[in-house]
Amino acid sequence: MSTDDLQSLYQELILDHSKNPQGRGLLENPTASSHQLNPTCGDEITLSIHVANGQIEAIGWEGHGCSISQASASLLASLLPAQSVTNADALLHDFRAALRSRGTIELDEERFGDAIALNGVSRYVARVKCAMLGWVAFEAALAEAQGQAAAAAAANRPDAN
Amino acid sequence: MSNETLTDADVEAIRRDFPLLHTTVNGRPLTYLDSGATSQKPTVVLDVERAFYENRNSAVHRGAHWLAGEATEEFENARETVARFVGAAADEIVWTSNATEGINLVAYALSNANAAGPQYAALALAPGDEIVTTELEHHANLIPWQELARRTGATLRFIPVDDAGALRMDLLPEIVNERTRVVAFSHVSNVLGVINPVAEIVARAHAVGAIVVLDACQSVPHLPVDFHALDVDFAVFSGHKMLAPTGIGALYGRRELLNALPPFLTGGSMITTVTMETAAYLPAPQRFEAGTQRVSQAIALAAAVDYLAAIGMERVAAHGTQLSSRLIAGLSAIDGVRVLGAFGDRVGLASFDVEGIHAHDVGQFLDDRGIAVRVGHHCAQPLHRRLGLTASTRASGSIYTTEAEIDLFLEAVTDARTFFGVTA
Repeated sequence: MSTDDLQSLYQELILDHSKNPQGRGLLENPTASSHQLNPTCGDEITLSIHVANGQIEAIGWEGHGCSISQASASLLASLLPAQSVTNADALLHDFRAALRSRGTIELDEERFGDAIALNGVSRYVARVKCAMLGWVAFEAALAEAQGQAAAAAAANRPDAN
Repeated sequence: MSNETLTDADVEAIRRDFPLLHTTVNGRPLTYLDSGATSQKPTVVLDVERAFYENRNSAVHRGAHWLAGEATEEFENARETVARFVGAAADEIVWTSNATEGINLVAYALSNANAAGPQYAALALAPGDEIVTTELEHHANLIPWQELARRTGATLRFIPVDDAGALRMDLLPEIVNERTRVVAFSHVSNVLGVINPVAEIVARAHAVGAIVVLDACQSVPHLPVDFHALDVDFAVFSGHKMLAPTGIGALYGRRELLNALPPFLTGGSMITTVTMETAAYLPAPQRFEAGTQRVSQAIALAAAVDYLAAIGMERVAAHGTQLSSRLIAGLSAIDGVRVLGAFGDRVGLASFDVEGIHAHDVGQFLDDRGIAVRVGHHCAQPLHRRLGLTASTRASGSIYTTEAEIDLFLEAVTDARTFFGVTA
């Protein structure tokens, strides 16, 4: 009744995560947060993070959208907490590269765990933006957190004026 | 020519004129139900555009050589053809890129009236004046008015819709009042497909001395439309939604109003005498056609109009009504499907929400079967918000849409509920 491609896009895990998303709810007193909107469909995600000592300590998000955007944010919230900032940054970079690869790069199961269920998205160019929505929010929140950390470090330097 | 609808054989014959309809998607024949966004093009329209470049291409309204004369004549004949099709005089049709540009042209010309000198003062807007639009507009008929209000200090108001999406006509006398200067609304909603009560709104607007701007994007391709009979002051439509190429549309304006408006874009071909300090402007339509025009596209639009006129707009409209009825009856019969604006006289489109499945996912499932629909807010966020939605799915037909295609689509929507596990 549907093609294999469609089954690979909407894997059971994706549908499960979209119906029972992980990490829902914004954090109290987050280090940083970001709101991202997909203007073509109106989908939106706000994502907040706690960052301390070079670690992603917690992620909480809310929003609404298609099953791909919701599942992807849920998988992100399952994968990234407890990662170092360096690792999270690398995962984000490689996630984006795989999704934009039109099916030529696969996510590595050892590093991405259940998030490899999103591999099918990369063959649907129009849906890459959906899957990236939560990850772009994470990227912006992390940049803001790192900006704050850099500013704080500069202010604490003895030669700061 | 009968006023009856298109037969299956008629539609099959029409389909043979549209090369793209015979393509396949995911190994299935394309089912194109996104004509509300843009229509497909018949070979004759494509041929006319190509023939212009091969035989008569040159600059219009400038140059004294033979070729320039031929091109100018064909360009102006196109204007006459399109004008006749919408019940206007040729000099009341201004070429634009699309309807969006047409609305912006009116909005900018109106705000230019504030600065263009005393002869334009009657059209100038000021604080205390009101511009009225509606809650169901496409963003193209909302944002230009937000911006005009911002530039002039006028207040923007709107006619709200009820829970079903119908305009609150009971509020019309209060919202359109002696302070109202402009009333801008759509002939047919691009989301609901419902034909709005033009006569009632125009009568009220004119009773208070307001200018009426009609967004006719979704009516001119699908219904017989006569702007003089509708008594609107301005109207806009886009060629690409009515079998013509992208890049061409038209603004209709009542002759005396067009000539009373200051220009929007200025430059070559729209002037009489130019000195280093000032310029005098040609009458409409040239007054609003600065720079090299979209000649081949205008000629192709006229070919599209000829194609539609040969079928007969009464029959085109009857076919749309039939598609609409089948869409609404079929969608309403599917559990968990809510049709938006299932009332009144309509054109052949329907937007809907499937409970528990995001429009993007519905669209993806349909695409897997080669069915092309529009998903999202269809450039009408305020209407969706009012109806409690962020996005919906829209199926929109045209003269080449068959009832069998509607049935394929309905079956796929039913199956999508099974696929995404939302059946009871």
